[in-house]
Amino acid sequence: MNGLVEITGVTKAYDAQHVAVNNVTLTLPKGKIIGLLGPNGSGKTTLIKMMNGLLTPTGGSIRIGGYEVGVESKAHVAYLPDRTYLAGNQKINDILEYFVDFYADFSKEKALEMLKSLDINPDAKMKTLSKGTREKVQLILVMSRNADLYILDEPIAGVDPAARDYILRTIINNYNPDATVLISTHLIGDIEQVLDEVIFMRYGHLVLYTSVDNIREEKGKSVDAYFREVFAC
Amino acid sequence: MAWDLDSDRPIYTQLVERIQMQIVSGNYPPGGKLPSVRELAMVAAVNPNTMQKAFAELERSGLIITQRTNGRTVTEDAEMIQRTRKELARDHVNVFFTKMKELGYTKQEIIDLIQQAYERESNI
Repeated sequence: MNGLVEITGVTKAYDAQHVAVNNVTLTLPKGKIIGLLGPNGSGKTTLIKMMNGLLTPTGGSIRIGGYEVGVESKAHVAYLPDRTYLAGNQKINDILEYFVDFYADFSKEKALEMLKSLDINPDAKMKTLSKGTREKVQLILVMSRNADLYILDEPIAGVDPAARDYILRTIINNYNPDATVLISTHLIGDIEQVLDEVIFMRYGHLVLYTSVDNIREEKGKSVDAYFREVFAC
Repeated sequence: MAWDLDSDRPIYTQLVERIQMQIVSGNYPPGGKLPSVRELAMVAAVNPNTMQKAFAELERSGLIITQRTNGRTVTEDAEMIQRTRKELARDHVNVFFTKMKELGYTKQEIIDLIQQAYERESNI
């Protein structure tokens, strides 16, 4: 099988007691919007960091678009981390220029258009913005790239419901049959309508990888309700 | 305005029902052009792949037709549209009857209720 992302037997162990990701094998196809779901500490962010080369697996391999994770794979992956990496005294406009320099696939026009529809002034400095607005700016930067794989780590947690709808519409609107969007989140109910497939993780293991409509068809309940059942405390 | 969808049934089935309804009600007239998958997915706030799946299902049933040059159109077969209308009506009636039986209503009571509701509606 030839997927966009091929994760084979990937493990990340900090020591014998702390295995964050345990022997995960997954193939993600092109052109899908996929939810990466799991309770706190299930290994979602660790897996995402390994896909972006920020952590090195203890075992197994990850290939994206045929490349081992590295310089080539990174050119094709647009990544929204779970925390900010932009400096507070930078203006949005300066950051846009920085992205133009850095990423060949970055569209400044697209970013400006999205900033405008969310009423964000490109002359503003990052530190003058609210937490939610900073998150919106970061998501706009990521979605303005023309990547093969978008990896969004908790993109909607900090923003209000109206902005959440806008973000989901942005994801649908930017949908490209050759690109895949991987979204990690706890807010399943808010996004399951736009997901094709879901991955459930627990204690570093892959629990389930199936389509949203499969879960609804077989279990007669929403992914959100099914998740609560599987991970009931 | 996003479409209001149930959270416990497959999304694509609900999209099929919604589009069938629009066709049967004449909102999308026979032979008329349909919006693109992308446009309709945006309006409904659903994944374009799911909308594509719903369209494929409607194509299989013959209710919509894909033309290579002209996008998708509603069938001009009025009889097929009528048949779909009847099926949808029958489905609604079946759900209604199941619920009324659960409430313990007899045939005559149900008919009386429908009669009353119908008259109330006509008086407005």
